[in-house]
Amino acid sequence: MEDMYHMDRAMNGLQDIKIKATDVNVYYGDMHAIKDVSVEIEDKTVTAFIGPSGCGKSTFLRCINRMNDTIDICRVIGDIRIDGEDIYDPKVDPVQLRAKVGMVFQKPNPFPKSIYDNVAYGPKIHGLARNKAELDEIVESSLRKAALWNEAKDRLDSPGTGLSGGQQQRLCIARAIATAPEILLMDEPCSALDPIATAQVEELIDELRQSYSVVIVTHSMQQAARVSQKTAFFHLGNLVEFDDTDKIFTNPQDPRTESYISGRIG
Amino acid sequence: MSSTFIFLIVLVLAVLGFFGTKQRALASGGGDRRTLHSLPNYYGINAALAAAVPALVVLAAWLVVQPIVVDRVIGAELPAATAEDRGARSLVLADVRRVADGLDLAVSQGVMSDGEASNLSADSNDIRERLGAVGVALGSDVDARTLRLAQDYRDYARLGAILKTIVVIAVAVIGLSIAYRMTDKDFRARNYVERAVMLLLIASASVAVLTTVGIILSLIFNTLAFFDSFPTADFFFGTRWEPSFSGRGGASDLGFLPLIWGTLFISFIALTVAVPIGLFAAIYLSEYASNTVRSIAKPMLEVLAGIPTIVYGLFALLTVGPLLLDVFGNDGILGVNWMSGGTAAMTAGLVMGIMLIPFVSSLSDDIINAVPQTMRDGSLGLGATHSETVKQVILPAALPGIVGAILLAASRAIGETMIVVLGAGAAASLSLNPFEAMTTVTAKIVAQLTGDGEFNSPETLVAFALGITLFVITLGLNVAALYIVRKYREQYE
Amino acid sequence: MTDATTTPMAGRPAKGKSLLKADERTRKRNAAESRFKAYGLAAVLVGVFFLLALLWAIVQNGAPAFTQTFVNLNVELDEARLDKNGNRNIDDIKKVSTFGYNPLIKDALIRATADMQTAVEEGELDKILSSSVGAIVRDRVIANPDLIGQSVEFRFLASSRVDGYLKGRVSREDLVRDKNLDAAHLDLIDLMVDEGSVERVFNWDFITGLDASESRPEQAGIGVAMLGSLFMMLVVLVLALPIGVAASIYLEEFAKQNRFTDLIEVNISNLAAVPSIVFGILGLAVFIQFAHLPQSAPIVGGLTLTLMTLPTIVISTRASLKSVPPSIRDAALGVGASKMQTVFHHVLPLAMPGILTGTIIGLAQALGETAPLLLIGMVGYIATNYPDGVASGFLDPNSAMPAQIYEWAKRADPAYYERAWGGIIILLLFLMTMNFIAIILRRRFERRW
Repeated sequence: MEDMYHMDRAMNGLQDIKIKATDVNVYYGDMHAIKDVSVEIEDKTVTAFIGPSGCGKSTFLRCINRMNDTIDICRVIGDIRIDGEDIYDPKVDPVQLRAKVGMVFQKPNPFPKSIYDNVAYGPKIHGLARNKAELDEIVESSLRKAALWNEAKDRLDSPGTGLSGGQQQRLCIARAIATAPEILLMDEPCSALDPIATAQVEELIDELRQSYSVVIVTHSMQQAARVSQKTAFFHLGNLVEFDDTDKIFTNPQDPRTESYISGRIG
Repeated sequence: MSSTFIFLIVLVLAVLGFFGTKQRALASGGGDRRTLHSLPNYYGINAALAAAVPALVVLAAWLVVQPIVVDRVIGAELPAATAEDRGARSLVLADVRRVADGLDLAVSQGVMSDGEASNLSADSNDIRERLGAVGVALGSDVDARTLRLAQDYRDYARLGAILKTIVVIAVAVIGLSIAYRMTDKDFRARNYVERAVMLLLIASASVAVLTTVGIILSLIFNTLAFFDSFPTADFFFGTRWEPSFSGRGGASDLGFLPLIWGTLFISFIALTVAVPIGLFAAIYLSEYASNTVRSIAKPMLEVLAGIPTIVYGLFALLTVGPLLLDVFGNDGILGVNWMSGGTAAMTAGLVMGIMLIPFVSSLSDDIINAVPQTMRDGSLGLGATHSETVKQVILPAALPGIVGAILLAASRAIGETMIVVLGAGAAASLSLNPFEAMTTVTAKIVAQLTGDGEFNSPETLVAFALGITLFVITLGLNVAALYIVRKYREQYE
Repeated sequence: MTDATTTPMAGRPAKGKSLLKADERTRKRNAAESRFKAYGLAAVLVGVFFLLALLWAIVQNGAPAFTQTFVNLNVELDEARLDKNGNRNIDDIKKVSTFGYNPLIKDALIRATADMQTAVEEGELDKILSSSVGAIVRDRVIANPDLIGQSVEFRFLASSRVDGYLKGRVSREDLVRDKNLDAAHLDLIDLMVDEGSVERVFNWDFITGLDASESRPEQAGIGVAMLGSLFMMLVVLVLALPIGVAASIYLEEFAKQNRFTDLIEVNISNLAAVPSIVFGILGLAVFIQFAHLPQSAPIVGGLTLTLMTLPTIVISTRASLKSVPPSIRDAALGVGASKMQTVFHHVLPLAMPGILTGTIIGLAQALGETAPLLLIGMVGYIATNYPDGVASGFLDPNSAMPAQIYEWAKRADPAYYERAWGGIIILLLFLMTMNFIAIILRRRFERRW
């Protein structure tokens, strides 16, 4: 796996940079939440954002699909490009952007609808299916990719809120996959789950790397080490260090990173 | 002695008791307040409560019971024929009371001496004139029996007043002396006072229950009296509402159906106005509006809820009615001639709808805000537009709560009185035309109870039967709505 | 790119589509979004429009009630007619009835209009005045018999038609079939306005005055009804505040979770939603039919409104008791205070601003309530006397502001509609003041824990 990844990267060089952020600053009212962050996130890679609480990692994540637009006092300055296109360009419709950049949240938040309707919601609003059969196909393939099909196939009509926590979170992942995104943002997807459910979701994240560029925010350094190939360490709104996960955990360049990894700050 | 005076005496006793007992408590502790079980004031309050509370309870009970007892005693002196007919009996008793009150007034103004009032006989037929001089108007001349009963009535009332004075003051003195005697440095005054205060708190809380019991009893007894003289089936299934004018009796059509039809029709119009506007306003204010807009528009809508209903009634009668008539009436702008008078179901319904807008909008606002933010994020994160999020995620999630809000609004509409009294017209009709005058249960309750009708006639008593149906309907809607809303809130807590 | 992603799935858009170009579907969805938002904005605007329309109707129709047309006249108080003996004996003067004064006023009118071109016959001149004027002159003369023989300047109420003409409510066409006034009178009024003897001035009597009979709308005022409302509100305040607070303290601080408590809770939440007319039925049956309290008396109105206001006060008091944090209770209990002392010394004072706010809002609600008052006879009574004192203020028949407004709205003469709207302005001013005080209290004292 690891070897393939490196070969892949070597072959494609800079072409598989999926997200390129340059000098991003975010303000909540007067609060300067993100300071001059520049980062390049690759396709078909799991990138982990780690750092202590309030360091801005979630805020930065929410900039990538413009979820921060929904907060009135939030201002984003700087340049974020996906496939070379500025996503803060006035011509970009956040609705289309979010279909391309899916998101999974900290707490599983299935809609109070059936499992089927939860997954079909995205394809329906984006008009991805021409008929019921296609929609069924999308729902099934999404649930399969989210490793939930076997558990849910007999109860597609029962409410999504009736599933267990881990199943709910996988349902949310299936829901995000169903809109055929190219990037998946995950905001501490396992923080509300028990260890077994966490293991299942982590396994799923590793598989999703085949098709998507995955960005995951996590509190847990072990999780970052387990699932990611690249890691970015945020501290007080600054991007302190960004490198291969192995390197960050074994040989951090910045003393702050080292303190965090060894548990002195956090 | 007048009750006010007795009341004051009891209060004075209580105050004296407070200071006396406080002194005694301090004295029993040798002047050192640290040796007392409770603070000195507690001993005083204990004595004051012991003097005042039982005495005042007796006084209040006496005021309620005495007129009933006197009525019964006087009623026993009536000829059997009059005593058995409930209507005649209450008429005679009312006359007796009026004459007795007149005599009292005459005596207090010095027109008559007390002895004169007790010994008047009906032959000296200037009674009516002399009472008229002090401002007591009597309908007819006083007959001998009424006068004699009135004099008896005064005697009993006077006897009752003397007994009342003695008993109440005795109770106060006994209570006070017991408390005084118990006072001692080891007496746990605070615990007694706290127990007494607790009883007062419980009594206050019970007022709510008493009110409900009062409502139910006053409705039930008078409703039963109504069904004594009017067939139940004719009331519930009658399609005509044509009460005859009082006095003639009989021959009244008191059918409930046209009234409930009018009520439901007008409420329906009101909800058709209020629900879409209120709901959309709530959605806009909670999901779209900027803080500035919200801080201006929300209070403005809520002002509509604070305006008294009489204002809406006048608005319906004098502004909206004529306006609708100009549009839909004879020679109206549309030339359709649907409307023949300003007061109509449409007038009342429209204005009631305006009144209900803030009711629907603020309830829906609360309910929409109770939908967790994670639902919105989930939907927006999938690339749904805001309106798709509202329509397909938030509203379905909030639906039970919104249904509850609409039920509450419906109950408000059904119970609304002033707008329909002024704006809906008076004719009861089973029509489908919203521009026709209609009447409602509440409007007819007012009409039947404010006329000059005899209280015991079916035309008046029917108001209580209407009241009980109104009470049951609104209560049912409220209980259902509160249940639904509570279930809804639990879901997200 | 790997094969897996370049092969589009059924019906899915090809990947790598530019974000900078909105597709057809997105444009449609965005249009739907704007439409939906517009509906919401429209709903808010409709609501605000209704509020403004209502306020406009109130001000437009009610403002004229605060001015009234008066006619200034010099009346010769002829000694020969008013005091034949010339000895200023008050009893003799009292013998001259109101009708004895009317000729004097007519004469005064004839003199005042002598140099004016008018088609009004001399005998019809006094129709421009209110029919109350004779009594006004008589009262003044009886109060001060020395005026007899002098020429005294009076300010008389003009009749309601004249008043309506100056306010634009009555036009010449309206008078064609009117038996009291005709167009010639109005021409005369125009001349008198020019000359200055007819004027519209601020009408204090509307605010402080008595109600008048059906035929004299120009005289009617809301003052007595205002006193009636005041006495009712006193009853409500004195009863509902202590009972409501005591009930809330019990339920919030002491009540154990049992059936009795549940019963009370259910009762309170249901009473809050019982239609007000039902409370009127209760008041009629319990206070008048059963307890024989006087009909139309403010005390009965006050008792009925107390029962209606209690749930409001209980609900808001409980909310403010609940907002006092448990740490305060723990602290007081911790230094050895009893539960009762804790509540009365610490919790209640902290909750007081909230309780007062709730009480004022409850009072405001009760002040505007009309339906129950109809049933206990506070309508139909013509409030033409001020109460003699405090006791009669509670016990004598009276009206109340909303009941007076309803009464005026039902009278046939449109001049009374103006009075009704004017009464509403006064009522709303009271309500606004009360709500304003409540808001100030909340802003000033509200604590955030």
